[in-house]
Amino acid sequence: MSTTTLPMPADWRDFLALTKPRVMTLVVFTGLCGMLAAPTHIDPVLGFTAILCIALGAGAAGALNQWYEADLDAKMRRTERRPLPAGRMDRETALQFGVGLSAFSVILMGLAVNLAAAAILTASILFYVLIYTVWLKRRTPQNIVIGGAAGAFPPLIGWAAATGDVALLPVLLFALVFLWTPPHFWALALFVKTDYAAAGVPMLPVVAGERTTRNQIGLYTIPMGVVALLPWVLHLTGAIYGVVTLVSTLVFAVLALQVATRTTGSDDTMKPEKRLFAWSILYLFIVFGALVADKWIA
Amino acid sequence: MAQHDDEIRKRQRARATVLGLILGAFVILVFAITIAKIKAGMAH
Repeated sequence: MSTTTLPMPADWRDFLALTKPRVMTLVVFTGLCGMLAAPTHIDPVLGFTAILCIALGAGAAGALNQWYEADLDAKMRRTERRPLPAGRMDRETALQFGVGLSAFSVILMGLAVNLAAAAILTASILFYVLIYTVWLKRRTPQNIVIGGAAGAFPPLIGWAAATGDVALLPVLLFALVFLWTPPHFWALALFVKTDYAAAGVPMLPVVAGERTTRNQIGLYTIPMGVVALLPWVLHLTGAIYGVVTLVSTLVFAVLALQVATRTTGSDDTMKPEKRLFAWSILYLFIVFGALVADKWIA
Repeated sequence: MAQHDDEIRKRQRARATVLGLILGAFVILVFAITIAKIKAGMAH
């Protein structure tokens, strides 16, 4: 019997691409830092399993995001080569993969680690898919602010995996990533000619203009800096974290101030915006790294 | 047409191989988790 009637099965690399592997690195790193900063020791195997579940959960959320946004992705150069808009995979397969991977990561976390971590992991997946992707992304220019919360869950999950509970420090880490997301993403949005407008996605620079975006970057940096320093002020961490975070936050503030107070000139190279974006990535790794160093050295 | 069939077979084989490796890794992980849980149980 001829099999030509059969559709071409999606390649396994497309399933991997569905999970947005690059996004996972920050999620795994902040989750690991939340776990290492916790006062309770966790068995390395269970710790590895918890980080694996955080990564799989993030991958599942990415797959469901691509399932829902296949129409938008088809209209943007940056995303049109993804598996769904490029026609290499059908949406049904992506949906089944996303739901299955979500369930697997939550069940494994619940059985192997603890229910608290499994519950927060569930909340983060549902938040990213339902609140951010389905509800907010297409409706409000504040979408990236709210969506940032989804990326803020991992330290909370890592801490809960180690302790079975939640405390003030991981909540502050959650708030830090949440407040860090807007300046980070909007700095990118200022210098990357994204075609969100063509796709009908209300991104702040497109909807409210450049001046408002620059102001928002400056404004969000203030609470972000305060929250970053709170763990030290409240004696939840030692001086290593405090000094390192103080210095790196001041650098962040100076760069953000430059971006907030300038206007794009003709054929502008957007160097301050690129500098802020690059520093914002380094900043998060430095602050979380200092948190772990502070715990293990002090 | 034959080329199409070959490509289908090739993809199915690759997917089956990757899935097999993943399941093998999962068996090892479950075994390691079991040992960790037993150790934790004995520690109490």
